[in-house]
Amino acid sequence: MDFAIREEQRILQDGVARALEGLSPLDRVRQAAERNEPVARDVWEGLVALGVPAMLIPEAHGGLGLEVLDAALVAEMLGRYVAPVPFVASCVMAPVSLRSAGSPAQQAAWLPRLASGEIIAGVAIAEAAAGARDGAGVTATNGRLTGIALFVMDGVDAGLFIVADRAGALHLVDPYARGVQLIPLTTVDVTRPVCELRFESVRAEPLGGDASVATMQRMRDAGRVMLAADTLGAGWRMIEMATAYAKQRKQFGRAIGSFQAVKHMCAEMAAELEPGRALMWYAAHAQDHLPEEASLMAAHAKAYLTEVGRFVARCAVEVHGGIGITDLLGLHYWFKRIGVNRQLLGGPERLREEAARLQGLAA
Amino acid sequence: MDLTYSPEHRALRAEVKAFLRAHRHLAPKPFGLNRPPADARAWECLLIEHGYAARTIPREYGGYGAEPDILAARIIAEEFADAGLPPSLSNQGITMLTPTLLEFGTEEQKRRWIAPTLRGEVVWCQGYSEPEAGSDLASLRTAAVEDGDDFVVNGQKIWTSTAHDADMIFCLVRTEPDAPKHLGISYLLFSMRTPGIEVRPLRTMTGEAEFNEVFFTDVRVPKTQIVGARGEGWSVANATLKHERGAFTNPNAFLGRLNRLIKVMREETVDGRRVLDDPVLRDRLMELQARVFALQFNGLRLLTASVKNQNPGVAGLIGKLLGCEVNHQMAALAIDALGELGVLFGDGPHVRSRGSWQGRYMLDLGFIIGGGTAQIQKNIIAERGLGLPREPKLAKS
Repeated sequence: MDFAIREEQRILQDGVARALEGLSPLDRVRQAAERNEPVARDVWEGLVALGVPAMLIPEAHGGLGLEVLDAALVAEMLGRYVAPVPFVASCVMAPVSLRSAGSPAQQAAWLPRLASGEIIAGVAIAEAAAGARDGAGVTATNGRLTGIALFVMDGVDAGLFIVADRAGALHLVDPYARGVQLIPLTTVDVTRPVCELRFESVRAEPLGGDASVATMQRMRDAGRVMLAADTLGAGWRMIEMATAYAKQRKQFGRAIGSFQAVKHMCAEMAAELEPGRALMWYAAHAQDHLPEEASLMAAHAKAYLTEVGRFVARCAVEVHGGIGITDLLGLHYWFKRIGVNRQLLGGPERLREEAARLQGLAA
Repeated sequence: MDLTYSPEHRALRAEVKAFLRAHRHLAPKPFGLNRPPADARAWECLLIEHGYAARTIPREYGGYGAEPDILAARIIAEEFADAGLPPSLSNQGITMLTPTLLEFGTEEQKRRWIAPTLRGEVVWCQGYSEPEAGSDLASLRTAAVEDGDDFVVNGQKIWTSTAHDADMIFCLVRTEPDAPKHLGISYLLFSMRTPGIEVRPLRTMTGEAEFNEVFFTDVRVPKTQIVGARGEGWSVANATLKHERGAFTNPNAFLGRLNRLIKVMREETVDGRRVLDDPVLRDRLMELQARVFALQFNGLRLLTASVKNQNPGVAGLIGKLLGCEVNHQMAALAIDALGELGVLFGDGPHVRSRGSWQGRYMLDLGFIIGGGTAQIQKNIIAERGLGLPREPKLAKS
C-alpha cells in the first residue's frame, strides 16, 4: 500500500513545472491571448522536447508508455501555468482511444506522429460527454459523417479529428477531407481554443469497432481527470497568489492576512482544494488499474474539483480586492481557465447524476 | 501509487476475519458513552491478547507490544467495521492519556495506570476547558498551590465528558501564577473520589448530559501525580490535543454514515416514490459522497506519509475541519430526506431509530466546536499551512 506519487513522477512533474516557468510566464500567456494564437508554438515545442505528447503512447509506437496518472500530474502543471497549448484532447484523449481500440494500421498511422508532436489531434465528443446543445450532433451513415459537433477540444490546427456520433461511436476524420468546415468558438478562456466542426457527408474511418462506445467513455473519463487536475493546479496557483498578496498588502497598519476574515478565506480555499488532490490521484490511478471504478471516480473527481475550483477562483480574486479583477494582475487567466474546465466534458450536476447512475442509485 | 497489500498484511487480514468469525458471540452490547460493562472489558482483554487493541503499547504496560504498523492498524479497523463488531475501546484514557503517559510519564505512572486503563477498568475524564478558557486554553485559572507533599487544587472545569462516572481525571492547573501563561501550567492526575470535587451534569440540546461542570475546592493531590515537570504542562497537553484531533478523522466512520444515509434514501418514500428518486436530494447525496471519498483518499495519503515519516503539509491539517463538517452535512441530508419524519424524536409512532439523525446532527455541531473550534482549525491551516501572519498580540494592559 503506497498512496503517493512515485519519485520518478515527482521528477517528471517538477521538470514540466521548471520548463513552463520559463516557457509560459504570464507575459507569454498574455501575448498569446492578445495575438489570438491558437497554439503557442514555442511553448508546445518545449513540451514536445520534454516528451509530453508521447507520454500515453506505447513505446512500440515511439511513445513513453506512461499512465493516466503521469499525464494528470502534467495537466496539473499546465493549469498552474495556464499554458496556452493543446493537451487534454491531443496528448490524452486521442492516445487513450487509439492505444486501447485502434486497429494496428490506425495505431501505426497516428500514434508515432502524435508522439513526436508532428500533429495535434482534436477530439469532438462534447455531445456524448456533456449533452447536445443547439441541436448539435453527428450522424454516421455508410462511413460518412453529417452534422455539427460543438466544443471540439484541441481542434484548431489539428491534423486528425476523433469524432463521436450520436450513438457515442467514434470515427477518425481527416481535417482536410471534403465537407469539413471548422469554425473557431470564442470562450472566456483564451489559453485553449475550442471550435465547432460542421460535417457534410465527410468520409470517416470507424474507431474501436464493437468497443467504440466503451472507448469513447474511456477517453472521456481520462479527459475528465485531466480537467480536474488542471483545475487543481490552477486553483493552487490562485491560492498561492492570494496568500502572497495577503502577507504583503497592508491596511489599517497590518498585513491583511492577519485579519481572520481574510485568513479564513485562505484557509477554506486550501482546506477544500487539497483533498481533491487525493481524489484526483485515485481517479487517475483507476483509469489504468481499477477499470470498474474508472468512470465513477473520474466523474466524482471532476465534479468535486470544479465545484471547489469555482469557490477558489472567486475567493482568490476577493482576497486581492480591487486589483484582483484587473487585467494588470492577470489573475483572470486562471479564473477563466477554471471556469471553462468546469463545463467541458460535463458540468458537476451532470457528473453527479452519472455517478448516481453508475451505482444504480438513479434510473 | 500501489493499492495492493503485502503478503504479510493480507495474512493479517485473513487472521482478523477468522478471529471475528470465531468470536463474534463474545462481542459486547453497545454501551454508548457509559463505562465499559463486564462483557466489554472481557472483549477488550481478548482483543489485546490478539493484538487487535493496544497493539503497539509495550507488553510491560499491558499492551500487545507490536512494532508500530499503520497499515496493520488500518486493516484491523476495516475488518471490525466490515463485520459490524465493536473495535477496541477508544475513550479519552486510551486515545489521549495513554500516549501522553508513554511520552512524558514516569516509569511508576506508566506501570500503575496504563494497563487498567487499556482494559477499561479505570475510566478517565479530561480537565482542560474552563468557563473563561475555551479556545484560549492557556489562559486557564484553576490553581494548584504546593502544600507539603501535595498540591491543593481550587477552580472549575467545564465540558468534562464522562466526569460523572470517571475514576480519574487528567487535569491542567496553574502552578506558577507569575510565569507567562504558557509556562505556568502543570499536568496532574488525580482520583475523582478525592474530597472537594463536585460534578454537575451539563445538559445539551440533545437532551442528554454528555458533558459536566467540575468544581474543585481544596482538592489535595500528591506531588508525585504530576506528569512532566512543573510548569511544562502546556507541552504535555499539546501532545494530548494532537491525539484528540486524530480521533475525529476516521474515514471508516464517514463511509459507515454515508452507507446508512444511502439506505435511508433508498428505503424511505414520499408520495409513494423513493426519496432517492428526488433529483435534488440525490444530487446532494452525490456531492457528499465525493467529499467522503476525497477525505478517505486523503486519509490514505496521510497514512502513507506517516509510514514514510514525511510531512504531508496542508493535507495533514484539514481532517478535523472537514471531517466534522461532512458528518454534520450527512446528518442534515438524512433529516431532509426524512422530511417531517426527520424531526420526530425519542419514542412514539413513526419515529425512525429514536430520532438518531437529529441526535447526530446536534452532537456533530458540538464536535465542530469541541477539540479546537472550526475557526481555530482555520487559523492553524492558514498560519502553519500557508504561512499567514498570526493575529498581532494586544499590548499588555
